[in-house]
Amino acid sequence: MQTHDVIIVGAGHAGCEAAAAAARRGARVALVTLRADDPGTLSCNPAVGGIGKGHLVTEIDALGGIMGRVADAARLQSRLLNRSKGPAVHGPRAQVDRALYRAAMAEVLAELPTLAIITAAVEGLLVERGRVAGVETSVGRLSAPAVVLTTGTFLGGVMHIGSQREAGGRVGAQASDLGAALRAMGLPVSRLKTGTPARLDGRSIDWSVLEWQYGDGDDPRFSRFGICSAAGNGRPPIPCAITRTNAETHRIIRDHLGESALYGGHIDSVGPRYCPSIEDKVVRFGDRDGHQIFLEPEGYDDITIYPNGLSTSLPLHVQEKFIRSIKGLEQVVILRPGYAIEYDHVDPRALTPGLGARAVPGLFLAGQINGTTGYEEAAAQGLVAGANAAALALNLPALTIDRTQAYIGVMIDDLTLHGVAEPYRMFTSRAEYRLRLRADNADQRLTPLGQALGLVPPAQADAFAAAQAERDAARALLDTLTATPHQLASHGIEVRQDGQSRSLFDWLRFPAVTHAAARRVWPELASISDDLLASLAVDANYAAYIARQEAEVAALRRDEALALPADLDFAQVAGLSKEMIERLSRARPLTLGAASRVAGITPAALIALLPHTSRNKPTLAA
Amino acid sequence: MTDTIAALASGRPPAALAIIRISGPAAFAVVQQLAGRVPPPRRLSLCRLHHDGQLLDEALVAVFPGPASASGEDLAELHLHGGPAVVAGVLDAVTAQPGVRLAEPGEYTRRAFASGRMDLTQVEGLADLVSAETASQRDQALALAGGALGRLADQWRDRCLNVLAEAEAGLDFAEDEADVAERLDEAARDQLADMADELAALIADSARAMRIRDGLTIAVTGPPNVGKSSLVNALAMRDVAIVTAIPGTTRDAIEVPIDLNGVAAVLIDTAGLRDTDDPVEAIGIARARARAASADLVISVASAEAPQWTGDGALRLLNKCDLAAPDVPPDVLAVSATTGAGLPALRDWLSHWAHNLIRPGEPALLSHARHRAAFADAESALGDAAMASEPVLRAEALRAAAHAFGRIAGRVGVDDVLDRIFSRFCVGK
Repeated sequence: MQTHDVIIVGAGHAGCEAAAAAARRGARVALVTLRADDPGTLSCNPAVGGIGKGHLVTEIDALGGIMGRVADAARLQSRLLNRSKGPAVHGPRAQVDRALYRAAMAEVLAELPTLAIITAAVEGLLVERGRVAGVETSVGRLSAPAVVLTTGTFLGGVMHIGSQREAGGRVGAQASDLGAALRAMGLPVSRLKTGTPARLDGRSIDWSVLEWQYGDGDDPRFSRFGICSAAGNGRPPIPCAITRTNAETHRIIRDHLGESALYGGHIDSVGPRYCPSIEDKVVRFGDRDGHQIFLEPEGYDDITIYPNGLSTSLPLHVQEKFIRSIKGLEQVVILRPGYAIEYDHVDPRALTPGLGARAVPGLFLAGQINGTTGYEEAAAQGLVAGANAAALALNLPALTIDRTQAYIGVMIDDLTLHGVAEPYRMFTSRAEYRLRLRADNADQRLTPLGQALGLVPPAQADAFAAAQAERDAARALLDTLTATPHQLASHGIEVRQDGQSRSLFDWLRFPAVTHAAARRVWPELASISDDLLASLAVDANYAAYIARQEAEVAALRRDEALALPADLDFAQVAGLSKEMIERLSRARPLTLGAASRVAGITPAALIALLPHTSRNKPTLAA
Repeated sequence: MTDTIAALASGRPPAALAIIRISGPAAFAVVQQLAGRVPPPRRLSLCRLHHDGQLLDEALVAVFPGPASASGEDLAELHLHGGPAVVAGVLDAVTAQPGVRLAEPGEYTRRAFASGRMDLTQVEGLADLVSAETASQRDQALALAGGALGRLADQWRDRCLNVLAEAEAGLDFAEDEADVAERLDEAARDQLADMADELAALIADSARAMRIRDGLTIAVTGPPNVGKSSLVNALAMRDVAIVTAIPGTTRDAIEVPIDLNGVAAVLIDTAGLRDTDDPVEAIGIARARARAASADLVISVASAEAPQWTGDGALRLLNKCDLAAPDVPPDVLAVSATTGAGLPALRDWLSHWAHNLIRPGEPALLSHARHRAAFADAESALGDAAMASEPVLRAEALRAAAHAFGRIAGRVGVDDVLDRIFSRFCVGK
């Protein structure tokens, strides 16, 4: 019998981030995983970040989390996606070395003195008097008042290659049957699927005919302050390559569709529309003459190539045939076939905004078990679940993040209110306050919050404070420096001569006022770094839009302040239709604002709920 | 538990008939108690209503089970004889039942809205319908109450969301399929210009809708003592404005609603235009000029005794043609407010003018300032979207446009909707 504050089941991206967050808050954490080298395993593509996902990674970093630091340390190359689309949607992304990623993760976890990694299979959940008390494992019982389940695809996992099927959470790893236990506790469990492509031998690819895709010269990072004791790799970046499927590829796939696990009727769970298998792409976008395939190296010292865009559940002989129809891959050797995997997930509407299971106090869920897809989505939930598991165990304030603060808040709000119909992936379009929620200001948005909750390591907090002071000083300078259009013209800057004197901060919105030009006019700007000036220019550019959104944000906050009782019986609320009662009962919104975001809820239903909010509760006369 | 509400739904007694409406969970229990039975739904049945052993009336009773009723709740209507004692007695008996109280103003409509029977534009349409005084106001209110504007706004919102979806795809999927993203972005830009144009035309037409609802304004101007007030009284067919022989009698602008063959208009009698030392009259003259400036039509009146017109009215009248007979220029109507000569021709002229402007029969839906403002917001957002310097700002503007249309039917934030309802129906204050 061992006593911990928090037990984390599973050491994928959600589990590692949860363990680290709980440990940073001072909890004694047991991270229980099947194999000692599991932490930091990238089970699908060798890349971290992207559009929307990159935002999540910078937010994790701003809250003192580890994913950004580990990915930076393990990067093969990095890019900033969407550069031409506007700063709000810039998405940092890194190709990473699998081995370096695992090594960096091990190092980062080892820095946390209250975290222990335990190699064992979790066989059951211990529940006493309706509360979580620990877990039963293959090496004995572990007790703790809070347990975070981050089982990924391992819950009832079944892998499919053609008509072959095998129980397991990943190739070479056993599946877990905790699913039955969750069902027994009354948690709504259903099936989802996802898939992965074949892995290729890089030595058998004809690289000479392919187009290279290099990283960006400025080597973008996720971690703002880059505090990582794990040694950076120090090696030169390496490129990916791009190829395309063609008519022949599509013909082969179409001819063998019946043999696909997906189309042969072996899988009927729902997969992500956003990350479709190549079978899906051929069936649904049959009119296109080809789809881009990215050939991503898995590491500096690894011959394995990950063909991004070729996820499939066709039998091995068909995989071989269609992959070899692709330019550059004519002689390719498949190291491991692609497969589809079906797994159990819990309807996240059964969770609180802190990712605790409403039905079982002390139980927290994060990652794919909540119906999401992607490393970054998993890690972000892990951080929230871990921080809240520690809060419960140590009686600390909880971490909740709303939609106006971060993509993390958007994701958790979406999950807990709407549930998932397909694996949930982060998109920038999901964020209504997108102009505020940028990768470049994640620290300003979240580090103070993380600091207040003890999630941000002191060195990072100090670096942030220094950067903020520098930023504030720079902003003050930009507000102080002014010029008329006439004065700018005298420096050769062409702007409309409206006679209006403006501060430099305002002038930065004008395309003609480039940073180089501004530095010519005002030598004082030498004290402001290029990065900082660029970041302030983004603020200037979006200032008017953000000011307009403030009213909306204020309205949202007002609605969020109207609390609904956690045990409100919606069936007893006068004026609610059956449909509204059903929708609200499933999502169990805790505020009127949250209720307004439940899909299909009418303004009328909100009015009916209004008398039940606490601000409007009548006070009884003595 | 929701209260059951009751109120007199018809006009003030005495009248031939009076209708009492009862809505809420106890509605049928009330009928059972008073009539001794609940008649079959949606059919008028003759019932004797009793209370405390007293016969109150012999009435036609209809019950409408919720949610398929006007209020969305169980609803009963008692069609009574319209004597004040009958109505008072039955209302007393109804509200004496447990859980029943008198309705607040607008409470039935609020319940219909709360039960999802109506959207916000339909509520507004209903309010317009109740206060409609002319045929074209009625037509417009009926279209609104029937949900025509809600549907129009939904269609527009849908179009915005379609373009937005393309714009968003360009932002979120650049990573996977770069070529698709660029194409989508271009498509979005092209559609925006078309949409902004169409919307501008709709908004231009909204002036007509607002005139139908609020009435056309006609300012009657001219020097003192040319008989402007007599003319206004004659056109309105009642004595509204004070008429004396003393120049400068009318000090303030007086507004008189008239019906121009089914189109609502407001006649504005103004102070006579002259130089004056009287500060009160001077204020009246300033107001007269202001009203003339904002009116849909300015009528300049001169007296046949001194055929001189001041100002530049679109219609020139020569009044008092019973007192003198000067030459009448071809574009001037000669009338006599006293004898009524020329008044039918004047009415015809006004009615013709009003119908040209209003085009009754053609739907004009943007009759409320709120609707017009939402459409105008959407138009300006679409303009921003077309001009946006970066794709993410274009998407932002499109979101704002979709949001503006959503606001029309009340498909948005709680506060917005609540404010609207509370201000309109004075409920819950």
